[in-house]
Amino acid sequence: MKSSGAIWHTPRLAMRYGPPVVAFLAMLAAWEAYVRLRDVPPYILPAPSLVLETLVADRGILLPALLVTLKTTLSALAAAVLGGVGLAVLFAQWKWVERSFLPFAIVLQVTPIVAIAPLLLIYLEAPAAVLVCAFLVAFFPILANTEQGLASADRNLADLFKLYRATRWQTLVYLRLPAALPYFLGGLRIGGGLALIGAIVAELAAGNAGKGAGLAFRIAEAGYRLNIPRMFAALALISAAGIAIFAALSGLSAYLLGRWHDSAAAPER
Amino acid sequence: MPLVSLRKAGKIYGNGTVALAGLDLDVRTGEFLTLLGPSGCGKSTILRLIAGLDTITSGTLARSLPLDRASIGFVFQDPTLMPWASVFDNVFLGPRLQGLSRRDAAPMVDEVLALVGLGTEAKAFPRELSGGMRMRVSIARALVLRPALLLMDEPFAALDEITRFRLNDDLLALQGELKTTIVFVTHSVYESVYVSRRIAVMAARPGRIAEEIAINAPSPRGKNFRTSTAYAQLCAQTSQALQGATGEV
Repeated sequence: MKSSGAIWHTPRLAMRYGPPVVAFLAMLAAWEAYVRLRDVPPYILPAPSLVLETLVADRGILLPALLVTLKTTLSALAAAVLGGVGLAVLFAQWKWVERSFLPFAIVLQVTPIVAIAPLLLIYLEAPAAVLVCAFLVAFFPILANTEQGLASADRNLADLFKLYRATRWQTLVYLRLPAALPYFLGGLRIGGGLALIGAIVAELAAGNAGKGAGLAFRIAEAGYRLNIPRMFAALALISAAGIAIFAALSGLSAYLLGRWHDSAAAPER
Repeated sequence: MPLVSLRKAGKIYGNGTVALAGLDLDVRTGEFLTLLGPSGCGKSTILRLIAGLDTITSGTLARSLPLDRASIGFVFQDPTLMPWASVFDNVFLGPRLQGLSRRDAAPMVDEVLALVGLGTEAKAFPRELSGGMRMRVSIARALVLRPALLLMDEPFAALDEITRFRLNDDLLALQGELKTTIVFVTHSVYESVYVSRRIAVMAARPGRIAEEIAINAPSPRGKNFRTSTAYAQLCAQTSQALQGATGEV
């Protein structure tokens, strides 16, 4: 049975991941060919092979910067999860809390982070300001999605909990939170990407050099020096980090929802 | 003394809709009572009132059973299961909300799952089950605390006829074993005659009881009853009463 399963799965995996991998490799090949055939200088457009070379050669500069950016992103995301879910639960339990504080959350959401960052840099140390910026952009989708999920519990199930004289706490733990899980995970996936974007934008605004410099600063610095291959190498690392965050959160979503939710489960019986 | 007694009961919703008016109905201990009527005649409203999920706006409603966690079970038209929980955990809901631990509740959950024929499906998730099996889980969840009164709101309406027949038989067998009083809502004349001891035929706008029909048929009921002349006559009588109630005669 196991071998037949493997036979069944291999073409399915190939069908799923084959086309995007082939398209990506084809794009890199076309880019490489264009640069070589047209003899484009590296300060205009470096070939992918040169970008890869630079990535390896400059790893001593780029990898610590990547770690700084990733640390900021993940810390901001963790804070956004705590803040977003916590506030959503408060909103769901007490409508007056929602009426009082939702406008503040919306104001923070609609104000561009590039406009807030310089102000935060006046009040806070650069690393803290960058963290707050990343938190602010990741926070709202998690709050909004979780709040919607908490309010979307099945009405008949809510009646059943009422019939069983469930306490507010029991209804929250056994009904509203599990019902909100798919919504929260959707918000988390959006928030993960936004936390990275927020961190990059804030790093650019902060222009923080030295040991605490993130990838955005390295891009800006390379730009000033016309080191275009390093700019591309740093960009590639940012993209890879974004893809890794999205893939990890998608994996978490599939793990938590796999057996019961339509978005992640196999077709039903 | 009836288990539940409604006298001149009325229900007007906030938007002004008169759902029930002047309703007199007794639910007697141990009986299988069916509320039969057209859509919008207030059948589901009666169940919600009895369960304490809603309140009457006129008349009286008296219960001789306490409104606690274990007295009343409710089965909705949809199985209304928690999709994130296994079959066991869905049935465990009532005991869990009562404060029982998983270990303490396990024997009663296993027993009721065996009663509804799902003893081997405890670890399955709702989406892995067929429609009929999901409804069985819903019934098991309603019965796990052995309620004195089971309220069922068109529980088999969405199922195919074969599954519905089987579940009708299983429900009657369960009632025979557990002696639970059942108030059952349906649109189907045939189903109401097959399962009930008494049918309350309802008229709409406003919802009220138009006629009560006693089903004096032997128990247990089965294929022979379903194909008998007595069953056909009772169906004809009930159908006529329903037509009278809806003004189609």
